[in-house]
Amino acid sequence: MKILTGNDLATGDVIWWSGAAWSRHVEDAADVADQGEAIARAEEGARRVTGAYVIDATQTPDGPRPAHIKDRIRALGPTVRPDLTLKPADPAAGSWVI
Amino acid sequence: MYKYDEYDQSIVDARVEEFRDQVQRRLAGQLTEDQFKPLRLMNGLYLQLHAYMLRVAVPYGTLNGRQMRLLAHIARTYDRGYGHFTTRQNIQYNWIKLADAPDILAELAKAEMHAIQTSGNCIRNISSDQFAGAAADEVTDPRPWAELLRQWSTFHPEFTYLPRKFKIAVIAADEDRAAMRLHDIGLQITRRDGILGARVFVGGGMGRTPMIAPEIRDFVPADQLLSYLEAALRVYNRYGRRDNIYKARIKILVHEIGADRYRDEVELEFAQVLTLGIDPPAAELARISAMFAPPAFDAVPSVPHELAAHDPDFAIWRTQNVSAHKQPGYAIVTVSLKPIGGIPGDASADQINVMADLAERYSHDELRVTHAQNIVLPHVREADLYAVWQALADAGLAEANLDLISDIIACPGLDYCSLANARSIPLAQKIATRFAPRQQDLGELKLKISGCINACGHHHAGHIGILGVDRKGTENYQLLLGGSGAEDVSLGKITGPGFDEDGIVDAIERVADRYVAERSEGERFLDTYRRIGMQPFKEAIYG
Amino acid sequence: MADLAGDTDNLLRFRDDEVHDEPAMTLDSFVADPGNASAVRLEAGDDARALLPFIDRLMLVEVSFPSFRDGRGYSSARILREAGYTGELRAAGDVLVDQVSPMRRCGFDSFAPEQPIDQSVLRRSLDRYDDVYQKAADGRVPVWQRRHG
Repeated sequence: MKILTGNDLATGDVIWWSGAAWSRHVEDAADVADQGEAIARAEEGARRVTGAYVIDATQTPDGPRPAHIKDRIRALGPTVRPDLTLKPADPAAGSWVI
Repeated sequence: MYKYDEYDQSIVDARVEEFRDQVQRRLAGQLTEDQFKPLRLMNGLYLQLHAYMLRVAVPYGTLNGRQMRLLAHIARTYDRGYGHFTTRQNIQYNWIKLADAPDILAELAKAEMHAIQTSGNCIRNISSDQFAGAAADEVTDPRPWAELLRQWSTFHPEFTYLPRKFKIAVIAADEDRAAMRLHDIGLQITRRDGILGARVFVGGGMGRTPMIAPEIRDFVPADQLLSYLEAALRVYNRYGRRDNIYKARIKILVHEIGADRYRDEVELEFAQVLTLGIDPPAAELARISAMFAPPAFDAVPSVPHELAAHDPDFAIWRTQNVSAHKQPGYAIVTVSLKPIGGIPGDASADQINVMADLAERYSHDELRVTHAQNIVLPHVREADLYAVWQALADAGLAEANLDLISDIIACPGLDYCSLANARSIPLAQKIATRFAPRQQDLGELKLKISGCINACGHHHAGHIGILGVDRKGTENYQLLLGGSGAEDVSLGKITGPGFDEDGIVDAIERVADRYVAERSEGERFLDTYRRIGMQPFKEAIYG
Repeated sequence: MADLAGDTDNLLRFRDDEVHDEPAMTLDSFVADPGNASAVRLEAGDDARALLPFIDRLMLVEVSFPSFRDGRGYSSARILREAGYTGELRAAGDVLVDQVSPMRRCGFDSFAPEQPIDQSVLRRSLDRYDDVYQKAADGRVPVWQRRHG
């Protein structure tokens, strides 16, 4: 599947396109098929996102998993600071990245 | 230390308002990201993996307690309670909101700080010797020169859209503690016939094409230095490559046309620029120098090391992290930001405050940031060392590992950086943990890790260097041996095929074992490597 | 040659004289046959020094900025001003509002940006800094001179 990500223009937060809006959680990411570039352009124009780009991901029971480690680190947070990730209480979150 | 006058303050204040205006225009849609990016970068604001990152300048690595405390305040108020000290003697924050950036800059300006030109294709923060003003081997304090350059380079109208970034280092001792010859321009202040001036090296750097800067001029007198640099930069601005970002640094220009031709071009330009009167009068350097006059040292007796060493942990730290000061009875303390298993260069707001307190109480209100990502208290009375050590130990800042294998330079890597190909920090943590028990025996061993070919972790200059690469979507690490960023500058060589994260730690162990087996009395790892060459280490690693 | 004169719809001038509307020649054609021409266009990579023998007769030099990131034209401008050129010096092409101020410092006194420049933003930008650190081509007094007279 193809999913769309970027950063919130004002806050810098990593965000994922859910099909109708942006979410901070990769679990919410929707398959954008071949619409990613068009959505990215429109959303950048509306200044809701900056640096938007389309990535490959696989659908899993827990939601989309980005194909590249860089985007998995973006989805979770720094592997060396579990306390600052989106899942500070989940000790298994780090292995999802690697 | 340098103190702003009304002019410096007005310029920094104006910059805050200019950036506030630029941010507002971006948020209002009057600037595209493509147009805004170079503007925000010239104020140190990146978009990184998780958020915006703000890099705050610490000019030539010098700051006082008030400024240090402000850095803690910013970490706590606008970030997530910590900051990361960098190899350019700056500090960066990883979780900044765009809308907050102007307010942060306004707070910085009140303490004579800024983020001007901490990124972008312009002249970056001027770096220097972290022992400046305290080292016995310096010709003069290099920091007044660095301040002169800071002012000259700030909003230099001609050099704001250079082909690529431009880094200048200034030292004034034969011992090079600033990796001077690995900069776009390295200046070594020397004295000739009673006149101070600079030896000029141009075209060094790391990155994907590491180069050691050749000497371009053996002496430029102080009163012509800015004219000479103006000429050196103009030649680069005109002829540096703009067709390929990877070939745009001045090192490529100097390499492609040759040092001799580059020198000739600069001399032609220099002759022209000298007629323009762009160098300030000698009174300006004198004005700045007066603010760097040595603090009022007390006449105190030297404390014999043996007497102080009544605590074995203190004794180890005293031996490892304390350096000789030019003033009898005083010492230079390096505070390690490399706790075993920790994140190199990171400090919490609480730790930053502890260091600020110690500077005010024990170090004439001065701190330095080192290019090896540590903090220096430059002027501590020997009699106070034990108290300083105890306070550092309470704050988790007393690791006794300066220049040992666990004193690792590491870039933020793939945990934070959008350019990285591999993580650097977890590797640094594993290496430090594995080798800490034998690091005293291994002696001086500078290990440097970069998470991509841009070499922010100085891997080319490590006695042992590690370069993280992306091999088909997985992290892979190459090993380099034999680099140095010091006065015996050299570039490391790759041992051979790369390793995974555990494999490279094992490979380093085999390198360390071979060094211990081969070393002569008193020989550092680097000395042994230079004596016996790569082959024995290759055999040890790959069998 | 009209297309070489750049887009002058957005022309912004900091001079009192009349606009010199002679079409600008390329550097190559000018050097090959200067004739009576007094307007030349420099591409970003052209050597401004080639014009130094002619600076007394030139009335317009247009310096091209193919991208706002290409800073070579700033040096071209300074070279011309440092050699005594007093005619119109025009920055043409991808020139952004935040760049006008440093360009003024390098000696440009005329701008032909591809995109119109917001006048209120420009006014704020030009009035922003009361002080400058360097002596450049615009005659502004650097801070060190204020400090030491």
